[in-house]
Order: sequence, then structure tokens, then C-alpha cells
Amino acid sequence: MYPLVYHRPKTLAEAKELFGAGADATFLSGGHTLLPTMKQRLAAPSDVIDLTAIPEMRGIAVEARLLKIGAATTHAEVAESKIVRDAIPVLAGLAGSIGDRHVRHRGTIGGSTANNDPAADYPSAVLALGATIVTDRRRIAADDFFTGLYQTLREPGEIVTRIEFPIPDSACYAKFRSPASRYSIVGVFVARTGKNVRVAVTGAGASGVFRPAEFEAALSADFRPEAVAHCSVDPDSLLNDLNATGEYRAHLIRVLAGRAVAKPGALQSFK
Amino acid sequence: MSRIAMKVNGADITKDVADPTLLSEFLREHLGLTGTHVGCDTTQCGCCVVHLDGVSVKSCTVLVGQAAGHAVTTIEGLAEGGQLHPVQKAFRECHGLQCGFCTPGMIMAATELIATYPGTLNEHVVREEMEGNLCRCTGYHNIVRAILTAAEEMLGPDRVVQPASDHAKTEG
Ligand SMILES: Cc1cc2nc3c(=O)[nH]c(=O)nc-3n(C[C@H](O)[C@H](O)[C@H](O)COP(=O)(O)OP(=O)(O)OC[C@H]3O[C@@H](n4cnc5c(N)ncnc54)[C@H](O)[C@@H]3O)c2cc1C
Ligand code: FES
Ligand code: FES
Repeated sequence: MYPLVYHRPKTLAEAKELFGAGADATFLSGGHTLLPTMKQRLAAPSDVIDLTAIPEMRGIAVEARLLKIGAATTHAEVAESKIVRDAIPVLAGLAGSIGDRHVRHRGTIGGSTANNDPAADYPSAVLALGATIVTDRRRIAADDFFTGLYQTLREPGEIVTRIEFPIPDSACYAKFRSPASRYSIVGVFVARTGKNVRVAVTGAGASGVFRPAEFEAALSADFRPEAVAHCSVDPDSLLNDLNATGEYRAHLIRVLAGRAVAKPGALQSFK
Repeated sequence: MSRIAMKVNGADITKDVADPTLLSEFLREHLGLTGTHVGCDTTQCGCCVVHLDGVSVKSCTVLVGQAAGHAVTTIEGLAEGGQLHPVQKAFRECHGLQCGFCTPGMIMAATELIATYPGTLNEHVVREEMEGNLCRCTGYHNIVRAILTAAEEMLGPDRVVQPASDHAKTEG
């Protein structure tokens, strides 16, 4: 690779200072998006600031009906956590369905959320569960955080420190994976709390993760797979690429939403 | 340039290395441990898998600084006292390789899987859990057999379900 300076600060204050001092600094968590991107020369930071040695970035806890997960927690740690399995079982299932086991040993929830890849799994859970993204300077509602393909409300130098998920009555996730990239072509996350149902779709939206209003209304009125049989998403608002057309993705959204609702609490991965 | 200290296959190593160095590059080019292969260099193939504090990682996607202060085990560190590790032995006995390029990554992934998987290992679990390791030669069949054979030796028969043999299948 080309020249860069690697830093591993022990405190948030030190990380912020290093970011300010670097000509074109960037943060590193698991590195499983950043390092491949750098190898492709799509990013060429002067300074790489590893956030994983900062204690505030770690840990999993439930407090006041909120599941709090430190940003540097790996997918494998979330998948294996008894706290997560008890609080929101499908979130552990989702984490365990990301990439392959070596990727899960390094990739982190904070990196995935900050990166907002349109095909990543976590953004669908963060949005459907109405989570709060906590940073070094403020708290951001998921509805405001994801602003477009690889775009978030995060300012330069702003560090995501943890994600806080309200614990729903039930939640489920169904995804259809590309067998080659292992990313979702479509993933549908459904969360129900009382009569309120939130749905988030990943992999499909032309501007990233989104909430399909018609599906939410139908499921809030009638929480059964049949309820979404006539719901639809405009194919023109969806990605059209070598993996799938917009029409096919629109079809998958309906099918996967129905399958998700049929198995509350479950992660279902199809390929 | 940073002074990097880590444990590699049990030995303490200290070297001055340029920051952009990848762990795979450090192992191969600075330490001469060329058993760790680089197949894709894009985090896809798993040929470069090593253990970092006992956990399997793709070493082409770890900066050497991220591994500093930690313990790394490579394929060279598996055999003990001239005796092949049970997974190495099983790959040889089950013909789990052809060209051998993917084999170090396969064996490092498999040893970690067997050591850490909490439940019962069977063909389906092994195929799913090994999907981060690609092989262009074998068609995977004998790799799965090798892993389950080694797993039985290491964990005992209660934790492993062997696939029905092809021979038994054709006999009905
Ligand atoms: C082969 C392969 C398959 C994969 N399959 C999937 C899949 O199926 N589903 C899926 O969802 N993902 C998948 N991924 C992506 C993987 O989950 C990534 O690890 C993850 O998306 C990014 O997390 P990271 O910790 O590695 O982030 P990094 O690569 O370290 O960082 C990503 C970006 O976020 C920024 N960043 C990181 N942490 C923070 C923070 N705390 N605050 C502010 N900014 C931060 C970085 O500066 C960088 O721009 C796959 C990756 C690979 C290599
Ligand atoms: S060389 Fe590292 S995954 Fe292929
Ligand atoms: S034996 Fe040749 S790539 Fe696996």
C-alpha cells in the first residue's frame, strides 16, 4: 500500500486530536471495508486512526429497555452475546449472517453503520428498530442518520461510539444473498412494538436503506404475512445492477417481508 | 515506520516496519513465513487466514499495527514436535487438496472452527462456516471430509456427524 501513518489512540480525546492534526485522516474500526477500499485506491488517507482500543467504544449492556452496543463490537461478538440473544434475538442472528466467519471476527457494528453501504445488513436493523446513533458529540435518530448511498449525517471527525436499540416486542429479518459477494440483494427487517410496526429494506434502495410506508401501514393494521401480499415498492426507486433488476428487487421485498413476518424472532437467509 | 512487537508462533518478534504493511505481507516478506498465501488480496478467498489471539482473520485485511501486541499463529506454527496437527494429517489422508494453494488458509480456518464451534459439527455446518475459504481445485468434497475426520479425532464422536460415505450411498 502507499504511505500512511497508523495510530491507535487510547481515548476519544486523543482520537479527535489526531483527526484534527492529520492532513486527510480517517477512522478505522474493523478495517473490512476501509482496507479493501484503500487497496482499490478509492480512499487514500494520510492517517488511519484505529478506534478499537478506546474503552468507550466497547461493551454490550441492557439499561432501561435499551440494548446498547459499543461501536467497536465485532459482528461475531454480537452474534455470540447472550445479552443480545435475550434482548433482540434476531439482531444476533443478523450479525451472524454477515459475510463469512473471518469477516465477522473483524467487522464492527459502528463501522458498518458509519459506512452505510446500501447492501449492508446492520442499517436495516438500526432503522427498523428506531435506534439512536450516539457519537462523541450528540445523539442522532436512525430516521435522520442515513441520508443516502454511503452517506450519513455524520460530520467529518465525528466518531460513532455506540448504538442504542429500543427493545421491541418482536423483530425478524429475512434476506436474499448474492452467492458471490455474500451481501444482501434484498434484506427486510421488521420490528413490532405494540401496534406499531416499522419495516426497513436494505440492498435494494437507489438511495440506500429505506422504510416502505405501504408495508408498515399494512402490517400495523394486520400483522400477518398475507397483509403484505398486495403491497408494492416502485421499481424505479430501486437499484438496477448486475445482481438484480429493480422489478426483481421489488418482488423480493414483498416475498421477504412476508417470510420475515411468518417467523417472528428469526433470522432467515436465502441464497 | 513503527517498531512492531508481537508473538508469532510462540516466539517474540520485534521489527521496524512501514505503517502501510499488511499482516500478510509482514509474515511473508519480513518474517519469511511464506506458508500464508495471498490469493486475491481483496478479502474474498481466505488463502491468507491466520489466527490472531486464537481467532481466524484474513491477514491481507489487517494492518501490521492492528496486530501489534497480539499473538499470531500461522500454518508453520501448527505442527508440534515434528507431528502434524490432526487437521493437517486429515487433509493429507482424505486428499483434501490438489494444487495446495488454498490449503494453509483452509487448515487455519478449520482448526479455529473445530476449536471454537459450540455445537455439533456436520457437513452442512462445515460448508456454511467455511464459506470464507475458496478452493479452485477440489470441489470441496474432500476438504469437508478432512475437517470432519479431524474434528472427530479432536472432539470425539459425540460432537461430529460424519456424512454418509459415497460408497454407502451407491449401495443404497
Ligand atoms: C468478504 C466480505 C463480505 C462482507 N459481507 C457483508 C455482508 O454480507 N453484510 C454486511 O453488512 N457487511 C458485509 N461486509 C462488510 C463488513 O461487515 C464490514 O466490516 C463493515 O461493513 C464495516 O465495518 P468495519 O468495522 O470493518 O469498518 P471499517 O472498514 O474500519 O470502516 C468503514 C468506514 O466507517 C468509518 N468508521 C468506522 N468506524 C467508525 C466510527 N466508530 N465512527 C465513525 N466512523 C467510523 C471508517 O472511517 C470507514 O470510512 C463484508 C465485508 C467483506 C470483506
Ligand atoms: S488473500 Fe486474503 S482473502 Fe484472499
Ligand atoms: S487445492 Fe487448489 S485451490 Fe484448493
